[in-house]
Amino acid sequence: MTTATASTAASVRTYRDYDRPLWQRLLLTREMAIIGLLVIVAVVATLSVRGFGQPITLTYLILDVTPILLIALPMTLIMITGEIDLSVASVVGLSSVLIGVLTQAGAPFELAIVVALVAGAIAGAVNGFLVTVVGLPSLAVTIGTLALYRGLAVGLLGTTAVTDFPEFWTDLAKMKLGGSNVPAVLLLFLVLLVVFVVLLHFTPFGRGIYAIGLSKTAARFSGVHVERTKLVLFVLSGTIAALAGVYYTLRFGSARGDNATGLELQVIAAVVLGGVSVFGGRGAIHGVIAGVLLIGILASALRLANVTSDVINIITGVLLVASVVSNSFLAWLRTKRRAPGGTARAKASAAG
Amino acid sequence: MEKTAVTKRLQAVGAAREFGILLALVIVVIAATVANPNFLFSSDGWRDLLLTPSILVLVAIGQAIVLITRNVDLSVGSILGLSAYLTGRLFIDIPGIPILAVFVAAIVFGGLLGLINGALVAYAKVPAMVITLGTLYAYRGINVLWTGSDRVNASDLPKDFLALGTGQVLWIPILTLIAIVVLVVIGWIMKNTRSGREFYAIGSDPAAAELYGLRVTRRLLIAFVSSGALAGLAGVLYTARYGTVNSQAGAGWELDAVGAAVIGGVAITGGVGSVWGAAIGAVLLLTINRALPILGIPDFWQRAVVGVLIIGAIVLDRVLAVRQKRKLIAAREDD
Repeated sequence: MTTATASTAASVRTYRDYDRPLWQRLLLTREMAIIGLLVIVAVVATLSVRGFGQPITLTYLILDVTPILLIALPMTLIMITGEIDLSVASVVGLSSVLIGVLTQAGAPFELAIVVALVAGAIAGAVNGFLVTVVGLPSLAVTIGTLALYRGLAVGLLGTTAVTDFPEFWTDLAKMKLGGSNVPAVLLLFLVLLVVFVVLLHFTPFGRGIYAIGLSKTAARFSGVHVERTKLVLFVLSGTIAALAGVYYTLRFGSARGDNATGLELQVIAAVVLGGVSVFGGRGAIHGVIAGVLLIGILASALRLANVTSDVINIITGVLLVASVVSNSFLAWLRTKRRAPGGTARAKASAAG
Repeated sequence: MEKTAVTKRLQAVGAAREFGILLALVIVVIAATVANPNFLFSSDGWRDLLLTPSILVLVAIGQAIVLITRNVDLSVGSILGLSAYLTGRLFIDIPGIPILAVFVAAIVFGGLLGLINGALVAYAKVPAMVITLGTLYAYRGINVLWTGSDRVNASDLPKDFLALGTGQVLWIPILTLIAIVVLVVIGWIMKNTRSGREFYAIGSDPAAAELYGLRVTRRLLIAFVSSGALAGLAGVLYTARYGTVNSQAGAGWELDAVGAAVIGGVAITGGVGSVWGAAIGAVLLLTINRALPILGIPDFWQRAVVGVLIIGAIVLDRVLAVRQKRKLIAAREDD
């Protein structure tokens, strides 16, 4: 993780971007490449995989990717600031267990949901506190809280599962809009999507997020509240992970300590695929949505085509590596083409 | 004069980051032994104490090398799984194959998988976290594809090989001896050789290392190859120890390995820590797992304790670093 060289590379790229005409800036981006790939995969899948285009498949697709879509929203913002939250899947498990434990104890279900969401917010605040106030690297902190929150979840329920939930709520999680096949949970996601798009792309807070990712020091000198911004993002991440936990529990009608184990890696893979740099400072919500959907549609279509989940794993991994390596490869090609004789700049960037 | 040198030495030992974690380990072992003497004094207890962590120690050493260069290797669990299955397959498909050949094959295989990680990281200049997250999926996928619903059973393996997993020399299990030898050799290299010191230099400041003329690319490749090769060796030992290998062997080990290194004082931001610390961290992690039920705490809480431990260790590191910085500033003002 060579931070120094990467940040100069990022600033050079941004600078160069503004030399280009507007259409190039809009169309030749990482995000558009992923959206293009998404469209191609969707069309090919609809044409070649029997049953993929059917409404019921799309219903399940939406139900399946919803937790990842939800958690990816705050994760995008956190990663643009250059931090990461590996504890999200553990928060999903913890909120699921809290709902289970409270339901078992006979508490009203509405109360259980509120408690789960508050617990998620607290879990996020703990991450944020350790990262911003104590000043620890978020990768290490959230590996610790990944174990801690999962441990609390498993400790509270052991290996038992709570499966007895009010029908009203479990039906709500799977309810479809009107007579259509569109799950109602999509509305919840759309509302949050609008909130996050406005927050990131249309507010000073959002510009601050990019500024922090490009240079923390510069951001601070320009009046961005670096610590406060990060703290807010971690609280948001915890709360939404808990919300995803509520949904997960209701959808499968089962509260277990090991619910959603390993989901954090799927979320991060989707976010990175969608064009967010782990160095921070780069990324956009539309790319991330495309990244999540790309992985979701691939998995769903391949499963329908009787391809086993292992091949899906290989494809996910190779896609992830290829998508990040292709950027470096294209940059290398560009420097070669621009300076066939080998100017000083090309030599410098080749050596760098 | 002699005495002050000795006290200085002792003070240095006490101040070392590894000492705190070793102390924690000793406390856990003593507490568990007081609660139930069998924890340490029965032959099974003693053996488990040494044997269980040996495999994770190897993976954690590799992870520490990579972390010291300011990178991370999330694919180690998948590499372990693949080489564990390779070990089983070699014994099944080539009857009478020498055990040593299997060891070499698995280590080379793991090293090659590590080389892929290293090459992608070093040449494409892409963050190791993303690359190894990708190869975590890819290697595991290949593993499941290769294994299918098949599995290696103890009955497929030669008795001599299985004896390695349970055998001991004097009172020390063979697997533990292997881990100790590896630890001593790599610990010595990291501390005393030029190439070892360069890992630290690269992790402390990659740009400066490059300007200074260190061969950063080569060192990064070596770090990832070492991590892969050690995961490969761990895969062989895994097979020897457990006898059964399915497609999920080593799943989730990447977080344990990173956790062990972090507990042992290896900074995720590079340039700080030692393979000794990582090894002790690994032992502590797994010893707690066994100690909890004995101390009357259901082992469901194990992960929570591990989480608190990881957070405690990094907070402690931070406190020590801040104090050191203050001391250095004070020393400068005194001049």
